[in-house]
Amino acid sequence: MAISMLKKISDNLWEVPVGSVEGMRVPARFYSSETLMRDLDERAVEQAVNVATLPGIKKYSIAMPDAHWGYGFPIGGIAAFDPQDNGIITVGGIGFDVNCGVRLIATNLNEEDIRPKLRSLMDALFEGVPAGLGSEGLHLNQSQLQEVMLEGARWVVRNGYGWERDLRHIEDGGMIEGADPSNVSKRAKEREANQLGSLGSGNHYLEVQVVEEVYDPAAAKAFGLEKGQVVIMIHTGSRAMGHQIGMDYIEEMAPAMKRYGIQVRDKELVSVPFNSPEGKRYFSAMNVAMNIAWANREMITYYARQAFSKAFGSDPESLGMELVYDVGHNTGKLEYHDVEGQKKLLLVHRKGSTRALGPGREELPPEYRDVGQPVLIGGSMGTSSYVLKGTLKGLQETFGSAVHGAGRKMSRTQAKKEYRGEQLVKELERRGIIVRGHSWSGLAEEAPDAYKDVSDVVSAVHQAGISTMVVKLRPLGTVKG
Amino acid sequence: MRFEVYSHTADAGVRGVGASPSEAFEGAALATFSLMADLESVEPRLKFHVELSAESLELLLVKWLNELISLSSLNSVIFSRFDVSVEEASGGFHLSAEAWGDKISPNMELREEVKAATFADLKVEKEKEKEKEQWVAQCIVDV
Repeated sequence: MAISMLKKISDNLWEVPVGSVEGMRVPARFYSSETLMRDLDERAVEQAVNVATLPGIKKYSIAMPDAHWGYGFPIGGIAAFDPQDNGIITVGGIGFDVNCGVRLIATNLNEEDIRPKLRSLMDALFEGVPAGLGSEGLHLNQSQLQEVMLEGARWVVRNGYGWERDLRHIEDGGMIEGADPSNVSKRAKEREANQLGSLGSGNHYLEVQVVEEVYDPAAAKAFGLEKGQVVIMIHTGSRAMGHQIGMDYIEEMAPAMKRYGIQVRDKELVSVPFNSPEGKRYFSAMNVAMNIAWANREMITYYARQAFSKAFGSDPESLGMELVYDVGHNTGKLEYHDVEGQKKLLLVHRKGSTRALGPGREELPPEYRDVGQPVLIGGSMGTSSYVLKGTLKGLQETFGSAVHGAGRKMSRTQAKKEYRGEQLVKELERRGIIVRGHSWSGLAEEAPDAYKDVSDVVSAVHQAGISTMVVKLRPLGTVKG
Repeated sequence: MRFEVYSHTADAGVRGVGASPSEAFEGAALATFSLMADLESVEPRLKFHVELSAESLELLLVKWLNELISLSSLNSVIFSRFDVSVEEASGGFHLSAEAWGDKISPNMELREEVKAATFADLKVEKEKEKEKEQWVAQCIVDV
């Protein structure tokens, strides 16, 4: 039983040491708290241990306080592999919703400005932002799509839907190098042709929030955030493009893995060496999906700015709708990290874990470089969200990674049995939160009590020092996918 | 043949049970699309043909569900009826199937988008159920 092998290292860190399970190459580490550890799922522990056996893994297999049972990696799992040491790449460590992530947009409005118009604003957002199963965004022809695949959010800006300065505040400037559309299937391209600028469904959302509490005034100021300010949070990913690329490559890698003699403890961890032809092809296709996700969130930002403009009769610039930051939490990225005193280029898999770079990293724009990266943590529907900042400790211990959200504790099927979408919406309205959704059963699945308490999760990260709290955000209105 | 959606913390499990692998595959497909819509609200008006091969029944199940999810998204269709034939073939197994469904419309009771079938909890096996041998086809799908 993996859970009984856990040893407490400090108040916020537990470990399954090497040798506990045959084949472990590194320890499996769990950042958490006494409270959250009581609910830790045995299967999430097993999954983190399985990851610790993969070739080329460095330092630790890591699970965040929001870790729960996923497929392959636990959700909230991080692992870094050295390509020079037969390190692998795996779809099971990135997921099908490649570069699913969160972006935060500021405004110069406060809660009093917005309250009287909140209902019409939420209607405008619901109407303006395509969401739900089968929703369609911008229709692109194949040559336009080819450009988006290579340019990501830059394409959206170049075509007049976004602002040039947005790009400074997107991870990788909204466009990652090494994306190769020729390694993406025709089907993936066909499926993506009408998806750009759509939220999708599941736990994806657009939320209007207010800064409720400031914990770190200096960092908040650097991020352009202050108490009482209205902000917009968007949570979505690479839509059909990412899903299809994941499907295509997991099916291709399964037979290939045997040729490379890689043994995995869970079929979903199907892996190939990063430096193999299959590994390189998947990485270049996955980078296409990274670009698509940034483009998608940039396009949704356009729709959100339009909706605000309509509701307030003012242009988005006058409303101060500046992009605070955009960061992914389902990614596989080549990054430099310290391993035993040496700087190494590693492939960092983050599955349900937000990149959280500490101060000094050259990937950050100058205005954030001294502070650390804004780490955007979306809460569950109707609960708080947080902005944290990356730390040097996080860089040393977790490859600059943090939590991504509250983390589920109740299955979707159970949530649907226990809650009704209509009732939840009424309850949230009583608390002053307006919800616009496309599916009642979808809303029930996202019931706040189906998730761990996001505040516990964020506190655990803060206490562990791998990212620290900057501001807390309270929801005013949500558009659910 | 019967189908069911079973519990998984973040996602969902789909399972088909039947007298043959073909029936179990039909059930797994119905379970998958029951996550996406109330299948009673979906008329089987449009027909799609699917041909697939794989080295194992497990990989064939993942390919089958992924092909349906992919066709559904590409054509904005929800499937509600399947006729599947799974047979042994050189180098593994072959699937030939018809899938019927309808264009997504406001008349349908839509639920959640399913992103992909995974290898997690994946099995296609003959199991004994109340003294009766049954084929079970199941996996976790990413919702």
